[in-house]
Amino acid sequence: MSTSEESRSEPKRRIQFAFTDEQEEFRSAVRRFLNDKSPTNEVRRLMATVEGYDPAVWRQLSEDLALPGIHIPEQYGGAGFGMVELCIVAEEFGRALLCAPYFSTAVLAANAILNAGTDAQKSVFLPDIAKGARLATLAITEPDGNWDPAGIKVVATRDADGFRLDGAKSYVVDGHTADLLIVAARAPATTGLEGLALFALDANAGGVVRRLLESMDPTRKIARIDFRGAHADLLGTLNDGAKPILRTLDQAAIALANEMVGGAQTLLGSAVDYSKLRVQFGRTIGSFQAIKHRLADMLLEVELAKSAAYYAAQAAAVNDPEWPALASLAKAAASEAYLHSAAECIQLHGGIGFTWDNDTHLWFKRAKSSEVFLGQPSYHRELLMQRWGV
Amino acid sequence: MSNVSEADVRAEVREWLAANWNPDLSLVEWRGKLADSGWGMPQWPKEWYGRGLPHALARAVEEEFANVGAVGVAKSGVRLLAAATLLEHGSDLQKKKFLRRILTGEDTWCQFFSEPGSGSDLAGATTRAELQGDFWIVNGQKVWTTSAHHADHGLLLARTDWDAPKHEGLTFFVIDVRQPGVDVRPLKQMNGHASFNQVFFSDAKVPQENLVGSVGEGWKVAVTTLAHERRGADGLAPPSKRGARTGRIHAEERAETEKANQPYKWYPQRAGRVDLVIDRAKETGANKDPYARQEIAKLMILAKSAEWTARRARAAQQQGRPQGPEGSLGKLAASHVARACSRVHTLMTGTDAMLTGHESPREGIIAEILVSVPAVSIAGGTDEIQRNIIAERVLDLPKEPRFDTGPFRNVRKN
Repeated sequence: MSTSEESRSEPKRRIQFAFTDEQEEFRSAVRRFLNDKSPTNEVRRLMATVEGYDPAVWRQLSEDLALPGIHIPEQYGGAGFGMVELCIVAEEFGRALLCAPYFSTAVLAANAILNAGTDAQKSVFLPDIAKGARLATLAITEPDGNWDPAGIKVVATRDADGFRLDGAKSYVVDGHTADLLIVAARAPATTGLEGLALFALDANAGGVVRRLLESMDPTRKIARIDFRGAHADLLGTLNDGAKPILRTLDQAAIALANEMVGGAQTLLGSAVDYSKLRVQFGRTIGSFQAIKHRLADMLLEVELAKSAAYYAAQAAAVNDPEWPALASLAKAAASEAYLHSAAECIQLHGGIGFTWDNDTHLWFKRAKSSEVFLGQPSYHRELLMQRWGV
Repeated sequence: MSNVSEADVRAEVREWLAANWNPDLSLVEWRGKLADSGWGMPQWPKEWYGRGLPHALARAVEEEFANVGAVGVAKSGVRLLAAATLLEHGSDLQKKKFLRRILTGEDTWCQFFSEPGSGSDLAGATTRAELQGDFWIVNGQKVWTTSAHHADHGLLLARTDWDAPKHEGLTFFVIDVRQPGVDVRPLKQMNGHASFNQVFFSDAKVPQENLVGSVGEGWKVAVTTLAHERRGADGLAPPSKRGARTGRIHAEERAETEKANQPYKWYPQRAGRVDLVIDRAKETGANKDPYARQEIAKLMILAKSAEWTARRARAAQQQGRPQGPEGSLGKLAASHVARACSRVHTLMTGTDAMLTGHESPREGIIAEILVSVPAVSIAGGTDEIQRNIIAERVLDLPKEPRFDTGPFRNVRKN
C-alpha cells in the first residue's frame, strides 16, 4: 500500500487491476467490524435518531481501525494510505449502510483540507479528524442544488481579522452534527470559477444557523446552513481558486461511486438469496428463466460499475492525468447500477419488497439519494464528455 | 521442467534461431524444422513436437522469435483446437498422422459441431454415423462451419447410438473433407458476406482409425475442443511486426494470413467499432447535440467498464486468485457494447444510415456495423445461454428443468 503523498508525487506508477493481499485483508477487517456493528436493526435504530450515528461505534472505528484518517498522511496523524484504501472503506460502508459521519468527515472535509490547507492548517485540523475526535463536513452546494462550483453564491468578505461569510448552503452532509465546517465561497463581485476559495469555521460560531433537513434517505443526514456574517478563516490561499474545490469533488465522486457499488452488491446478494428461497407455482422463483436472466443482467451491471469505480480509485491514487474524467465516469456508472439494482431487488421480492419491514427500501433510498448527490448521472456524463475534449 | 530458468530457455532458443532461422526457406520447410525441434509449440509435450515447457516460458520463446522476426508455426483457424483435442484424446496413430501437418500449415481444419437443428443445444446433434465394415458412414448436415471450403479435415460430432441418453450417444471423429460424400456450400449472411458454410454429408466415409476417444464418449471430447475455443476466443492473432520481415517466407506468411482472415473482415464491425465513436461524433457534429452527447457518454462508460472488467479478470488470474464473477461476463458485456454502438452510430449518422457501400460514410464501414452487430449476441453462445450459465454457475441458481432425458430417440427435436 502506498501513502497518499507518494501517490501525488509519482504519476508514473501503473494503474492496478487487482487489490493487493494487504488491501484484501484490510477489506476483510472492515467487513468483520461492520458485520458486528451495523446489522440492519442498528441501521434502523440510528436512522430514526437526530444525530444519525452511534458515538461508541464511531470511537471504535476511529481508535481500533483508524478509518477517518486512513488516507491522511502520517505527519498529520493519519494512517498514511491513499485513495484506494479510502474507497475500500467507502465500499464496505455502502455495503453495510453504516450510519456514521464518515463521508462528511473523512471523504469531504479531510480531502478539502488536504487539497487546500496550508501545512499549519493541516497540522491543526487533521490530527483531530484522524483520531475521530472532531467531526467535519464540506458545504459547497446551495439551496438551488447546483453541484457546479461556478454557481456558488455565498460571499466571503474580508474584514480586520479574516473573512465574513454571508449566504446559504444546503444538502450539507452531517451539517447538523459537524464540529468543523469547510465552506466554499467567493470574493465579492466575482463570477464563475473566479474568486472561489475554501474557508474553515467552527460550526457553533456566531452567525451560523444550522437546520436538519427531512431527507429521503434517513441514513444520510443533510442540513441547510445559513451564514449571517459568520467569521471564517481562509483555507490555504486565495490564488488557488476553484482547483482544490474541484479536486475534492472529484475525489468525493470516486468515493461515492465505490460506496454505491458496495450497496448495489448487497442488493444483488439479497435478490439472489430471496429468489432461492421464495417458492411459487411449486418451484423456487430463481428457477424461472425470467428471474435468472434478470439476475444475470444485474450481476453484469454491478460488476461493470465496480470495475469503473475501482479503476477510477486506482487512477486517482497514481495521479493519472485522466482521473478527474474517470471520477465522472465512475459516478455515472455507479448511480445507474445502484438504482437499477434497488428497483430490481424490490421487483424480485414482490409485494414484501414494498413493505417497511423489508430492508430493501433502506438501500433503495440510499441509491436514490446517491443518484443525485454530487450531481446526477446526466450531469456527470456531460462532464465526462467535456473532460475528454469531445 | 520446473527447474529450467527463463534465461536458460531464452539463451537456448536464441542459439537455435541463430543456427536455423532463414527467411529464404519456404514456409513449410521452416515450419517442419519448428515442429521437429519443438520450438514451434514449446508448451506441447516433448514426444509430440513440443518441449514440455510451462506456458510462461512459451511466451518467452515467442518473444525471442519476434525479436528476430522469425515466423512461427501455423496457428490460424480451427487447427489449434483440433491439435489440442487430439493431444488430449487422440490415439498415437492420429497424433502422428495429423499434428505435424497442422503445425506446418499443410493441412487446414474445420469443426463440424453446429447443426440446423442444434445450435445452442450442441449435444442434440442428429448427424448420424453408422459402422459398416471398416468404415463409419456419415449422413446429415452441419452448419456455421468456418473454412470448410478449403479444409482438409473436420472435427465431427455425430450420433452413433439413438437409444442412449442425449449426451451418451455421440462419437467424435476426424473426417476427410475432400471426398465425394461431403458437399460444402457457402452460407450467405444478412451482411452480404459468406464467412461460413453449410455442409451436407451423404454416405461420407470415416475409417475406423479416425474415431477419437471411444464410441459414446464424443461429448466429452467435444467439451475439450469447446473449452479451448472459449479460452482462445475467436481472436485472429496478427503476426508480430518486429524484426525484418522481407524474406520469401514473410511474403508466403502474409498471403496465408490474408487468405485465412479474408472471410472475417467484418468481425471488427460486428463488435460495434467503439474506437470510431469519438471521431465520428466530431466529424458528424453529433458532439454539439446534448442528447447525442449523453448517449455517446453512456456507450463509452459501458465500453470502458467492460474493458476494465476484462482486465480485472486477467489480473486476478495472473495472481492465481480464484476467478470471481468478472471472468464470466465478457461475452454478455460485449453484446451490450455492440448493440449500444449500433444505436449510437445510427444516431450520429442520421439519414445517411439508409445508405450502404461507397455511398455511405466511411466507405461503408458504418453501414456494415449496423448490419453485422446482430451476430455478436448469437455467435459462440447466445446471450440467453450466457445468462443461463452466469445464473447457474456464478449465482448458483437452480438448473433449468430438463425435457431431454431418456433415450435420445424419444426426445423432441426440430
